[in-house]
Amino acid sequence: MNPFSSGTRLRDMIRSIRACKTAAEERGVVRKECAEIRASINENDPHDRHRNLAKLMFIHMLGYPTHFGQMECLKLIASPGFPEKRIGYLGLMLLLDERQEVLMLVTNSLKQDLNHTNQYVVGLALCALGNICSAEMARDLAPEVERLIQFRDPNIRKKAALCSTRIVRKVPDLAENFINAASSLLKEKHHGVLITGVQLCYELCKINDEALEFFRKKCTEGLIKTLKDITNSAYQPEYDVAGITDPFLHIRLLKLLRVLGQGDADASDLMTDILAQVATRTESNKNAGNAVLYECVETIMAIEDTSSLRVLAINILGRFLSNRDNNIRYVALNMLMKAIAFDDQAVQRHRVTILECVKDPDASIRKRALELVSLLVNANNVKQLTKDLIDYLEISDEDFKEDLSEKICSIVDKFSPEKIWYIDQMLKVLSEAGKFVKDDVWHTLIVVISNASELHGYTVRALYKAVLTYSEQETLVRVAIWCIGEYGDLLVNNVGMLGIEDPVTVTECDAVDVIEDAITRHNSDMTTKAMALVALLKLSSRFPSISERIKDIIVKQKGSLLLEMQQRAIEFNSILDRHINIRSSLVERMPVPDEAASRARRSGSLPASDSTMSKPSVSIPNGVTAAPLVDLLDLDSDDILAPPTSSGVDFLQDLLGVDLGSSPAQSGATPPPKAGTDLLLDILSIGTPSPAQNSASSIDLLSTADTLSSPAPSSIATTAPSGMFDLLDGLSPSPSKQATNGPAYPPIVAYESSSLKIEFSFSKMPGNPQTTNVQATFINLSPNTFTDFIFQAAVPKFLQLHLDPASGNILSASGKVTQNLRVTNSQHGKKSLVMRMKIGYRVNGKDVLEEGQINNFPRGL
Amino acid sequence: MIKAVMMMNTQGKPRLAKFYDFLPVEKQQELIRGVFSVLCSRPENVSNFLEIDSLFGPDSRLVYKHYATLYFVLVFDGSENELAMLDLIQVLVETLDKCFSNVCELDIVFNYSKMHTVLDEIVFGGQVLETSSAEVIRAVEEISKLEAASNAISLVPNSVSGWRGR
Repeated sequence: MNPFSSGTRLRDMIRSIRACKTAAEERGVVRKECAEIRASINENDPHDRHRNLAKLMFIHMLGYPTHFGQMECLKLIASPGFPEKRIGYLGLMLLLDERQEVLMLVTNSLKQDLNHTNQYVVGLALCALGNICSAEMARDLAPEVERLIQFRDPNIRKKAALCSTRIVRKVPDLAENFINAASSLLKEKHHGVLITGVQLCYELCKINDEALEFFRKKCTEGLIKTLKDITNSAYQPEYDVAGITDPFLHIRLLKLLRVLGQGDADASDLMTDILAQVATRTESNKNAGNAVLYECVETIMAIEDTSSLRVLAINILGRFLSNRDNNIRYVALNMLMKAIAFDDQAVQRHRVTILECVKDPDASIRKRALELVSLLVNANNVKQLTKDLIDYLEISDEDFKEDLSEKICSIVDKFSPEKIWYIDQMLKVLSEAGKFVKDDVWHTLIVVISNASELHGYTVRALYKAVLTYSEQETLVRVAIWCIGEYGDLLVNNVGMLGIEDPVTVTECDAVDVIEDAITRHNSDMTTKAMALVALLKLSSRFPSISERIKDIIVKQKGSLLLEMQQRAIEFNSILDRHINIRSSLVERMPVPDEAASRARRSGSLPASDSTMSKPSVSIPNGVTAAPLVDLLDLDSDDILAPPTSSGVDFLQDLLGVDLGSSPAQSGATPPPKAGTDLLLDILSIGTPSPAQNSASSIDLLSTADTLSSPAPSSIATTAPSGMFDLLDGLSPSPSKQATNGPAYPPIVAYESSSLKIEFSFSKMPGNPQTTNVQATFINLSPNTFTDFIFQAAVPKFLQLHLDPASGNILSASGKVTQNLRVTNSQHGKKSLVMRMKIGYRVNGKDVLEEGQINNFPRGL
Repeated sequence: MIKAVMMMNTQGKPRLAKFYDFLPVEKQQELIRGVFSVLCSRPENVSNFLEIDSLFGPDSRLVYKHYATLYFVLVFDGSENELAMLDLIQVLVETLDKCFSNVCELDIVFNYSKMHTVLDEIVFGGQVLETSSAEVIRAVEEISKLEAASNAISLVPNSVSGWRGR
């Protein structure tokens, strides 16, 4: 060290950093140090290099940029002294990146050091290579490393072995060169070398099939013998952990045997004895012993056909579950989750213990156990398991309720044996954890309820009772409001009493009280209030004797600060005032939504419904969100409309289009689920006879559509103008018409690359020449499967584009996916279509992006 | 494969961080902070394992141990045995304990490069190299000896004595 140098020593720097009281102060010290180091680097004094780099590494750990020290690493590595080399290599591993160009310069130094006479220098070089080796370096230095595997000193042999695993991982072609060297390592007596040798073999087997065959034939028996020896060996203090001789080596050997046994009955056969021995004779009162048992279980699960061993293995896991150590329980649950695929029955035997783990104080164990339980459920045990889980739901931690209720709902939904049971269980969940469940849960519940016509009375009474006790559970309140609105008459008249029910006396006033309570409670959210308002309108017809009181409640909402509420209140009030003759037909029972379709939609095109739920947060300027409007119209945007819509805006457009074109929904007949099933729609269509009223409200709805659509992001640019167009022309965009129309324009190949082909076919809506429906077909030309497939398109300003959801996002080899596009050309007849597009997908774990422009649209579109 | 070894104190200050896949320094700090925020909110008497997919990508596990003022953290993928990793932390701590005779946070702060030497003898490029602390100490001592002997100027901070204080 140069005593005259201005820099401080590392120790002093650390001390002054530690003395800093604030982050700003620390930054100041570090900045000053960095400035000094830079200056010193510029002076290029070889004596300071070592200290500078040591400081830089410390600074790096604290999270400051240190890139200016990279070249110093290389200089230190190239210097002859051992301390310089050591710090240089350390810096190389910490500060540099295998992708950086600087690294090219270091290959030569590494080569020299791998051949150095001092074995510790060789060790340093191996260590650095093992950490940062790139593919080019692997190719250049593989012969040196291969030679070092035979080195006399065990310390170098083991490092060379691990360095080789990195090399073959980077360049799998080199695997062949290492097979012989690796098999010689398996005969080692030195535990440290043996463990690295086993790791190298494991890596080779994973990478190279020839290597796997070779080791399977030549080494299986030897490995079994080694494992037997260390299992039976006497006490070895160096490698002893809690009474087990070298558990790490045990584990590595078991891992390698797993690879060798997998898919090969003969090899599996050879190892059954030793596996049984390890499984039965390993001490299980310490972590080390359990680690070995755990690995042994995993190996037993993976190798071929040893059903008696598997039972043994699952019993070990069962024992783990009642272990006092949290860690053991945790790994056991993980493993049982894998085991369930092999032997459901054996895992089922431990159901009670697993259920206990759901109540574990440790959150991560609870979560695992819950996942495992949901895998264990089948038609036979669903009732018992659900009961246990719901019982626990009552007493569980608040923050666990969300996970738990979600799992219970999915179990109930999947395995429910009968409707009444389903409804009972869901009501229990909503009562206990109603504020945690997701929207689609209660949406589905309502669909199920309306489909179970013989249970309407029972359900509405049960809900009425529940909501009196659990009025703080928002979703329970919503379902209750909806059902009371729909089936209020069944509630007060005790219609359809089941044998199991206790009779209740509910007056009409009591029922309205519940709804009034919900609409006036300050913490009810907009959706609940909106649903309550609709329920009131329904009840005003169902309970004619107290319709004045109901009207009062509705009138109060005319002063609501929420625009939506205010507007609906005014509309509903005018229905009650001026159109009393149509009221009863307006609020008839909702047509029963198609349960199968809603179920299929939820499981099939979940992404579509997700987007429906997240989209409505499009906010309109006056601060009201679009969501409540959709909800106001009742559940249909999610559950009834057959074509999945991608936004609330779109839905409104559909609403207008369908409504004016189709005839009013007639009472008595069961209308198709697609036609007007929601209330507002009914209002509009039935209102047609009185033209003044109709035009007033449709304009008003249109203006809503207008405000709604203006802030909509351009990527889903559906537009008010096209909606208006439909409206004025009185057309309905009905898909059946398009189908019969047939393509008037020839289909085109819009895009073709080596892996993907896109075809467009066109159709026009009659009477609407501006709008073209495009069906895009994506064809996978490659032999690989594309996942997460997404098609995006952009058009110039004079065009408007609407994308429907694609039929899927996975393209199997030579598979197809279709997607509908709707293009509206405002310069129809003057300009032809043009489109830019971007396609993204994943293939073999890599993201691929393709882009292109489509100019070859047929003229006149 | 082991993805990272970290030591941090109970205030979240990193004391040693080694990532076996290269990450830019900002990302490293982000991960350290992320790990710390999870660790410090964990109660006592829970398992030593964490699901850490959100920070380190799919199939990542984290095992940690809490000693006095320090957290020892290992992050690894599905090919490692979780319980064995727990024992590996034990090996690391025992080795440090022997190296510094009763290791404490200050030893780790001031002997930064020696810490790395110890770690490099135990974990090598994300693989377990040696599990016997006696073997590790033997190797580390050889290296220290070599450093002290090879250069009279002795630039190595941890072996510098105060004789040339300024």
